[in-house]
Amino acid sequence: MRIDLDILQNWIAPQSRVLDLGCGSGSLLSKLAAEKNITGYGIEIDQEKITRCIERRVNVIEQDLDAGLKNFADGSFDTVVMSQTLQAVRYPHLVLDEMLRVGRECIVSFPNFGHWRSRFYLALRGHMPVSEFMPYTWYDTPNIHFCTVDDFEDFCRERNIRILNRRYVTGGRDDNALSVRWPNMLAETAVYRLAR
Amino acid sequence: MPASISADSVGIVSAQQIDFPGPIALLSGRTLPSVRLMYETYGTLNAARSNAVLICHALSGHHHAAGYHSADDDKPGWWDYYIGPGKPIDTNRFFVVSLNNIGGCNGSTGPTSINPETGKAWGADFPRLRVRDWVITQKMLMKALGIDVWAAVVGGSLGGMQAMRWSTKYPDRLRHCVVIASAMKLTAQNIAFNEIARHAITSDPDFHDGHYLEYNTAPRRGLAIARMVGHVTYLSGDAMGQKFGRDLRSGTFDPKSDDGVEFQVGSYLRYQGENFSDRFDANTYLLMTQALDYFDLAREFGDDPVQAFSATACKFLVISFTTDWRFPPERSRELANALISANKAVSYAEIESEYGHDAFLIPIERYKKVFAAYMQSIEV
Repeated sequence: MRIDLDILQNWIAPQSRVLDLGCGSGSLLSKLAAEKNITGYGIEIDQEKITRCIERRVNVIEQDLDAGLKNFADGSFDTVVMSQTLQAVRYPHLVLDEMLRVGRECIVSFPNFGHWRSRFYLALRGHMPVSEFMPYTWYDTPNIHFCTVDDFEDFCRERNIRILNRRYVTGGRDDNALSVRWPNMLAETAVYRLAR
Repeated sequence: MPASISADSVGIVSAQQIDFPGPIALLSGRTLPSVRLMYETYGTLNAARSNAVLICHALSGHHHAAGYHSADDDKPGWWDYYIGPGKPIDTNRFFVVSLNNIGGCNGSTGPTSINPETGKAWGADFPRLRVRDWVITQKMLMKALGIDVWAAVVGGSLGGMQAMRWSTKYPDRLRHCVVIASAMKLTAQNIAFNEIARHAITSDPDFHDGHYLEYNTAPRRGLAIARMVGHVTYLSGDAMGQKFGRDLRSGTFDPKSDDGVEFQVGSYLRYQGENFSDRFDANTYLLMTQALDYFDLAREFGDDPVQAFSATACKFLVISFTTDWRFPPERSRELANALISANKAVSYAEIESEYGHDAFLIPIERYKKVFAAYMQSIEV
């Protein structure tokens, strides 16, 4: 289980109703169902991943996030999760609006483009960063809307989104003193818990 | 005949019949004095009787869903691509039950059966049917076979409507419900196509108000036209274009020729229509299309599908096909959304296919994978 998924699980209450946007092969929902007895639905467009979800008995709905969530009623989920997908959607701000409409709480994790390694890569080599956790080249990447921790904090402030919790992952580990102090420079992955 | 019966076929199968004494009450308020059902089974019922799967057929289907009736059979059952050892409905795991619904014309009690009260074929006097009448008679068969709970009820198109109705009518009698290329109710456009089909049949001079059997005839031309219309709506424009284009079967567009031409697509459709009217009963066609039109899952739940599904207890798989314009993906999404709102377990897949509504009968790689993955996930 990815570390950001480990972190966000703690923010999901037992027996709650969870919508996982870009649920992949369903590992999060499968674990939450087993350990917290949640009712969950995943949304995914990748055909192989949809089949994987079905194999492991995870409810999965084939749907394109860029077409919105208008088939889901206001406040119809306790938590709407989107892990490592924000940077891949066409209109991140609209998807976040939709998440906050459909869920009472939202959890978002994303790679921090402000991490020092990305900055040095671009500054010193003059190329778009390619790394273990951002493995794509510029032309074939699904990640079309990278942002930094500071960008995201500004974004939430401007749009009156309440940040209930924030956690930063560095070197595959949860918060440490340094990454909490300088997340924009040191966090590889940021995990936010949000509400209106 | 099949050159050889492949290892993933259920092989040679034979139909069975079962008679239920009546009277059997129908939703219309009328009764049938008795009911005969034709059915086939594939695979073996396990000791716990927990691996039974019911197949619900569509408009022109019947009990012969898989395998061959003899080594001379040129075609297998109508869903042979999906039922068999190692196939999505895996007969190594499941005991599959497939029947011909009442009102049908393949041996189950229907308009061509003899009405014991008159000693003549029912014809147009056969009671109008609703999807629920099929579900009730399917439950009679279930009981006779010693099955308490279906592992799954599975159906495409009109069959999907039966599967849905099972989930609302007998919620504790099925664990899974698979609804393929179906809808919670037909649209006006859909009803319109059925109306054209029915009008073609009833306006045929050989229809005789539905009592054509007494005149030793049948509204063959009307039924053929009905099938031609239906067939066009079951295919996509692209699929027809690819298969036939504007190819000619005969004639020429050369100047100085006043002869007509015959398009391949026209000849194909006429063949389909005539072939169908050889093997199908017109009154059954009327009954089946009416049941389709009348079906409205949520009618008695305040027209609220969420309410309709609220008492269901099974898990659902919903599948649609991109070029199906008779039962388009939008209808299946409505169904999936209602199930999500009702907090029911559901997965939904939208299969890319060029084959229109007929896709649910055709081997399509991704459809097979999704269907197989779901069926494999069912505990037996």
